[in-house]
Amino acid sequence: MQQLFDIIFTTSFAYSILRVSTPLILAGMAALVSERAGVANIAIEGMMLISALTGVVVSAKTQSCFLGVSVGVIAGILVSLILAYFILQLKANNIMCGLAINAIAKGGTVFVLYLLTGSKGASTALNSATVPKIDIPLIKDIPILGEIISGQSILTYLAIIMVALMHIFIFKTRMGIRISAVGENEKAVDSVGISVAKTRYIALLISGFFSGLAGVFLSMSYMSGFTANMTSGRGFIALAANSMGQNTPWGTLAAALIFGAADSAANYLQVLAVPAQFIQMIPYVTTILGITLYCIYRGRKEKKLKMKMLSHQEAEGQSA
Amino acid sequence: MNEDLLVMSQITKIYSNGVMANDKVDFSVKAGEIHALMGENGAGKSTLMNILYGEHQPEEGDIFLEGKKVRISSPNEAIALGIGMVHQHFMLVPSLSVAQNIYLGMEPRKNGLIDMKTMIAQAEEIAEKYNFKIQTTARVADIPVGMKQKVEILKALARGAKILILDEPTAVLTPQETEELFHELMEFKKKGHTIIFISHKLKEIKQICDRITIMKNGRSMGTYNMGDMDERSISRLMVGRDVIKTIEKKKANPTETILEVKNLSCINEDGKHAVNNINLKVRRGEILGIAGVEGNGQSEFVECISGMRKDYKGQVSILGQCVDKLNIKKIRKAGLSHISEDRMSYGVATEASISDNLISDKLGESMVGYGPILSSKKISKLSSELVENFLIKCSSYKQPVSMLSGGNMQKVVVAREFAREPAVMIANQPSRGVDVGATEFIHKKLVEIRDKGSAVLLVSADLNEVMELSDSLAVFYGGEVVAYFEDSKSVTEEELGYYMLGLSRQSEEQIQRLG
Repeated sequence: MQQLFDIIFTTSFAYSILRVSTPLILAGMAALVSERAGVANIAIEGMMLISALTGVVVSAKTQSCFLGVSVGVIAGILVSLILAYFILQLKANNIMCGLAINAIAKGGTVFVLYLLTGSKGASTALNSATVPKIDIPLIKDIPILGEIISGQSILTYLAIIMVALMHIFIFKTRMGIRISAVGENEKAVDSVGISVAKTRYIALLISGFFSGLAGVFLSMSYMSGFTANMTSGRGFIALAANSMGQNTPWGTLAAALIFGAADSAANYLQVLAVPAQFIQMIPYVTTILGITLYCIYRGRKEKKLKMKMLSHQEAEGQSA
Repeated sequence: MNEDLLVMSQITKIYSNGVMANDKVDFSVKAGEIHALMGENGAGKSTLMNILYGEHQPEEGDIFLEGKKVRISSPNEAIALGIGMVHQHFMLVPSLSVAQNIYLGMEPRKNGLIDMKTMIAQAEEIAEKYNFKIQTTARVADIPVGMKQKVEILKALARGAKILILDEPTAVLTPQETEELFHELMEFKKKGHTIIFISHKLKEIKQICDRITIMKNGRSMGTYNMGDMDERSISRLMVGRDVIKTIEKKKANPTETILEVKNLSCINEDGKHAVNNINLKVRRGEILGIAGVEGNGQSEFVECISGMRKDYKGQVSILGQCVDKLNIKKIRKAGLSHISEDRMSYGVATEASISDNLISDKLGESMVGYGPILSSKKISKLSSELVENFLIKCSSYKQPVSMLSGGNMQKVVVAREFAREPAVMIANQPSRGVDVGATEFIHKKLVEIRDKGSAVLLVSADLNEVMELSDSLAVFYGGEVVAYFEDSKSVTEEELGYYMLGLSRQSEEQIQRLG
């Protein structure tokens, strides 16, 4: 036990939580915006993979980190455009389309990697760029806090700024309100003359943008290079984080940090005798339990209310 | 006041399924009046108003606004012309505030962001102008139904509506809320707005409307001044059969009670008391008809006795066995068969084959297999028999049900429900959307099963059906039984209309004979 606390209460552990959570935060924003528009986007995973590889390849060819990140993000947006076309224009099932994109991305990225490097595992042959880490002046001199917060990747800071921007976008702009309204009651939006399809298109493109950023972070910051299937389910964890965060930017950030903490704990706790798989399981088990209990509670409450109304009206009827 | 503000002329609308919803309908309203549009369900009122609001396009006919011909091809254009509609089912976003819903899509902005302060101020201003007491910052999900309706009305007014269409606005309101709404509508009238009020509640219309247009079977029955009409004359125009079709059957010979319902009450999803303390008995060898305008508790009542709804108070028993706590499968085992009013959701599995639909309630029984193993021989024998006996027109019983016409689809339901020779048959709107031939066939089968010793409960909004087919007759109004006739032939359709519209009510003793 003492050993456990020794590991968890260190600044390097806290630092790693932020780092590990970054792709989940970004992908969580991707999940949030599509979920709000009423389209469950399970293709985030695939978009991340494609962007991760694109970023690595472009940065290796141009030797520009900025170009790598930009083109990687654009790749994510393009894939989301294809997804949106299938779902919104051709009215295909969004889960099926998402599965297809994930399958193509999983195999396709390895295929392209092999063509370019001759390796099916990692892009070590490519001399790709990494996003620089920066020290924040003033904060870096604060003891403990400075060690945790300062010196992270630019994309980590960007992710947190994005959460704040998303909060403003979703709750304070016309487009944000429209996206939420479309997801909740598309007829309401239709009846006041706003195009439902156009609104969903925009939401999916934003979702692609965030998926792209998340992917690029993985291959150009979290690791320096692309490895096959490096997303390892983060696109789906992001969906869970978003639903746990109840579709709000700050809530999703908090949930992403919890998942991130569990993830880095799993990394750190491997020195102990506890199997890592067991530790990795904890956040999901908690989520499932939490949701189950909440649903049972809500169901009971509704039934109680109805019965109460009945007896109440009956009593009134008798007195009358 | 005498000039027509809006004229709809010779409107004809035929839906893609061939139903003629509006047949050369003329309709006009004057500026500043409250105009009632009345008729039974399916009379074509909503279709006519949806055309006016640009949601449907008519096959024929023109619309004139202030003497000028207009084309309204979308709600957007209707809004631009100053026409607003409050739908029966609210078009609101629950998680947003009242003010946000009112200004959805046209929120005031400052520096690119929504200016919440101005928006709330504007919402308060408009609410104040029309004397609406409403908290503009509350979330729509948290406010009662009556309030939600006010939000819808404000939404239309904020978009500059001069003509306001209200589609059955009182259907979801409590009496107090209704009073409040009427008060507000009178205020609108004073401010120069024109209101079209769709309803089938006579008393309400009498109370606030200036003129009335009555529709029946897709046609207009004329426009009248409210002062010239009494409730009975309206009822005569609204209810009533064009052609009387008789159904051949022997006199019923009812014996012991099979289905017994005691003190049944339930609350529906809108939080309304949908069924209120109903007592009734259906006996072996009789068809008990339930007449009533739709939405007076019939659906909820059937859901309770068929086991689809569990949160009710009271007792339901079949052959003396209490079935309150049983699941649907066990209730069916106890002897209940049910033809649902919603064929597509509950009647059939549309993508499954005819034979799969026919055996779906018999799985695990010796009719279709040996224990848990299905026998294709037995299934094919049973399916061919049923297809033949129930005259289901199909190329093979392996065809998916979705390929069949409405009438044949209903025959599949009827065949399945009749195959087990039930003690109680509940037939809820059995001939809805069904062609004449299939209707006749279903009616014949219902009489047949009665003669074999089943108890039949027939719920129908079709007067012809319920009056001709039933042996005895109960009338539902406002979730209660308001009349009971031991012999369905002893009542005229005119009289029935008065009960259905809540104009008359039998004495308690008369009603109690039913339970």
